[in-house]
Amino acid sequence: MFRNILAIARNTFREAVRDRVLYNLVVFVLLITGCAVFLGDLTAGNEDRTVTNIGLSAMLLFGVFISIFVGVSLVSKEIEKKTLYTIFSKPVGRGQFIVGKYLGLCLTLLVNVAVMGTGVSLALFYVGSGSLAASIWGTVTLIFLELTIVTAVAILFSSFSTPALSALLTFLVWIIGHFSASLKDLADGLGSAAAQWIFGFIYYVFPNLSHFEFVTLAARGESPSAGYLGGVFLYTLIFNTILLAITIVIFRRRNLK
Amino acid sequence: MKNVIEIRGLSKDYEKGFWKKKKIRALDGLDLDVAPGQIYGFLGGNGAGKTTTIKILMGLIFPSGGTAKILGKDISDVEVHSRIGYCPENPYFYDYLKATELMDYFGQLFGLEASKRKKVSEDLLARVGLEEKDWTKQLRKFSKGMLQRVGIAQSLVNDPELVVLDEPMSGLDPVGRREIRELIAGLRQAGKTVFMSSHILSDIEALCDNVAILRSGTLVATGRLEELLASEDGDRAFEISANGVKAAELISIPEAISGAVVTEKPSGASIQVFGDENIGTVLTEIKKAGGNVVSVQPVRQSLEELFVKETTDS
Ligand SMILES: Nc1ncnc2c1ncn2[C@@H]1O[C@H](COP(=O)(O)OP(=O)(O)O)[C@@H](O)[C@H]1O
Ligand SMILES: [Mg+2]
Repeated sequence: MFRNILAIARNTFREAVRDRVLYNLVVFVLLITGCAVFLGDLTAGNEDRTVTNIGLSAMLLFGVFISIFVGVSLVSKEIEKKTLYTIFSKPVGRGQFIVGKYLGLCLTLLVNVAVMGTGVSLALFYVGSGSLAASIWGTVTLIFLELTIVTAVAILFSSFSTPALSALLTFLVWIIGHFSASLKDLADGLGSAAAQWIFGFIYYVFPNLSHFEFVTLAARGESPSAGYLGGVFLYTLIFNTILLAITIVIFRRRNLK
Repeated sequence: MKNVIEIRGLSKDYEKGFWKKKKIRALDGLDLDVAPGQIYGFLGGNGAGKTTTIKILMGLIFPSGGTAKILGKDISDVEVHSRIGYCPENPYFYDYLKATELMDYFGQLFGLEASKRKKVSEDLLARVGLEEKDWTKQLRKFSKGMLQRVGIAQSLVNDPELVVLDEPMSGLDPVGRREIRELIAGLRQAGKTVFMSSHILSDIEALCDNVAILRSGTLVATGRLEELLASEDGDRAFEISANGVKAAELISIPEAISGAVVTEKPSGASIQVFGDENIGTVLTEIKKAGGNVVSVQPVRQSLEELFVKETTDS
């Protein structure tokens, strides 16, 4: 079982690496960081903050696009091009495929985030802020964890829906996930029972991505505590496990076209 | 011995339309038994339901009714897949992998050791006639026929007891077809069971021990190929060839034997008669006209005739 999951994860990572789109995005982020350095020159005294802000925000944004794009396309491509026919005629369970695919994508994201983080760190060294170059890594970890959720959502949708719709829905979930906590607070303040019920529902069903927002604080040199990171890690683990379990239940019943 | 494939009352409805209201019955109560150690031909016109049956057997789609067993295990049992091989119709593989990498990946899914995987991959790629220079090319650069060869190679990675091939000859040139035909015949020699669908009847005729003919999702004929092809009426047809004589010189034959047909051939004439009791008369008449008998052969109903008869209304 683990043997299959590992083989599928490794093959997924290989596919992503050989897919040139990924390289382009990484290069793009490095370019953006270069721009940040240039901007930093203009805003005298605040270079390090600006670089951190732009670099980490770009990392998140590009990470989300990579997660959605790769998460949706790699899974639906296997269904559409019928490469799954030969996979599932071998002693490979559908659950093993989903988990293997997911882990391969997470590994791809990890490498990406690491490359991007290194880019931002180097840019910070360049503007003379060695302390920020080190302290951003806690926030980088949070970004990576957020991306693993986005990927799990993307795989869930592509297990039963079309690629375009899956991408759109995943993007919406990401947006809502960032606002769900504030919306719930807002609804609680309003005191309307219906609003409380609806936003409460959204709050508990959608991932609460406000836990992962740390870029602004990171620009001030702050770093999430180990306890906080551990808590968010646990939250991510539970949420992803539930998402994958739902995906597997749906995918097991699917007739492959 | 137990049947390798056992299908009972298998049905499949495809849902059509946005609300999935409309249903198309692709398979309707199919019963089929495949005994071990033979090459079994699964015939039928386009859309007869061959691929649907095979996809159900492989667990890729789920039946609307009925059951099926492979090697004694229900088709929902994924573990039995370690003992079977499958090449889909128009196989397609990961673009970005080389042929050897694909074989290695699939070997991993069967839990083969790295050294074994390398050996098996190279053996099989050579066996399906793929040139060595193409082994390390990315599959995106492969032609349809090359992909078909890779498809057959990958179906044998685990040295399976049962090999299921969906249109294994499609996309192959005449040389390729011959090579794959020999490979499939070799599988029977090695004691494997082969279940293959095909619309290339000459291949079926050359290879298969038993056949089943499917039409609109139901079985219309099944049995040993020779028996199906043997003339249904007692009067078998024979064809007698002669040279050194013209058709015009043999008009006495159709006069003497009802139903006999004489045709002019470049080197002489050919005569078709029904019933072996008439052969002697024909031979005498040829001698009388000064010709030489070259051959006397029984005429079998061709698989094509049988196929057309079973799969059309005429
Ligand atoms: N995914 C599908 N959705 C709807 N109808 C299908 C699908 N696949 C096959 N069919 C229909 O089922 C019937 C049998 O198809 P198939 O099994 O592919 O036939 P064969 O392989 O014998 O040519 C055809 O009428 C075909 O149109
Ligand atoms: Mg078919």
